[in-house]
Amino acid sequence: MGGLRVACDEAEKETDMAEQTSGPGGVERPLSPHIQIYRWHIPMLTSILTRITGNALIVSAVLVVWWLLAAATSPEYYALADAVITSWLGDIVMTLSLWGIWYHFLAGLRHLYYDAGHGLDIPTAEKLGWGLLIGSVVLTVLTIIII
Amino acid sequence: MRYLTDRKRAEGKGAGHSGTEHHWHMQVSAVGLALIVPTFLYVFGSALGGTHDEVLATFARPIPAILTGLVLVFGLLHFKNGAQIMIEDYWRGTTRKAALMFTTAFTYGLIATGLFALAKMAL
Ligand code: HEM
Repeated sequence: MGGLRVACDEAEKETDMAEQTSGPGGVERPLSPHIQIYRWHIPMLTSILTRITGNALIVSAVLVVWWLLAAATSPEYYALADAVITSWLGDIVMTLSLWGIWYHFLAGLRHLYYDAGHGLDIPTAEKLGWGLLIGSVVLTVLTIIII
Repeated sequence: MRYLTDRKRAEGKGAGHSGTEHHWHMQVSAVGLALIVPTFLYVFGSALGGTHDEVLATFARPIPAILTGLVLVFGLLHFKNGAQIMIEDYWRGTTRKAALMFTTAFTYGLIATGLFALAKMAL
């Protein structure tokens, strides 16, 4: 992912180059960052969150389809599904889903922007990352207010 | 030197051996979803928590029904191909194949179930 590539460039400046490029067996290529000793930063965090939100949205999709099926089946079944989705646990899951889809939406647009070859320098990537984190929360709150 | 065209050399490359097809699908579905998902959030969010009659009335109208159908089909196909990226990054061999098959079957099952429910309410 674009974000990670930017992150690697930054780390290479800080680490000894020789150590970065010669791995086991003297492999002459850049190696993946070792996640436990790697300093977290915004492009890295926002990149992995894209994967987490995208895949976690399957939970929301299952709930939505179940709710639709219940509504199509009978008033009793609908009452059950609606009670589950609007319970406190359901509210937490649906609010997280809302944030997840807005986050993934913004991250997806950033991904397309990166793929077109833009925004890959470190200062821009940092700003875009903050834009995703703040923008997704703003959009989530706005949606809750409007609905 | 082997007498191969550039195209022959590129075919079958990539983790999923499907060349650039997969990446192109992600880009097309991403743009499509970016256009329809915000309106869907409004429609679905408004319907959620309504009475049973209100929900039936909502999905009997063409725009909410068609929009929800589109988001279900293309959102879930986009999910299927997106989950494939993660599966190919983390697993190999039989586990990878089984995970891809399971994701594919699960996704199509969910699409079919959602469309059945929508059709039942809309017609
Ligand atoms: C709201 C509109 C959406 C946009 C603009 C969008 C955009 C994108 C983009 C650009 C990618 C990267 C594709 C690539 O790596 O080539 C992506 C990945 C992905 N998307 Fe979406 N998406 C949207 C909605 C969804 C939904 C609703 C789901 C799930 C139901 C989803 C699940 C995924 C998954 C699982 C990935 C793969 C993440 C990874 O591991 O790299 N997306 N999306």
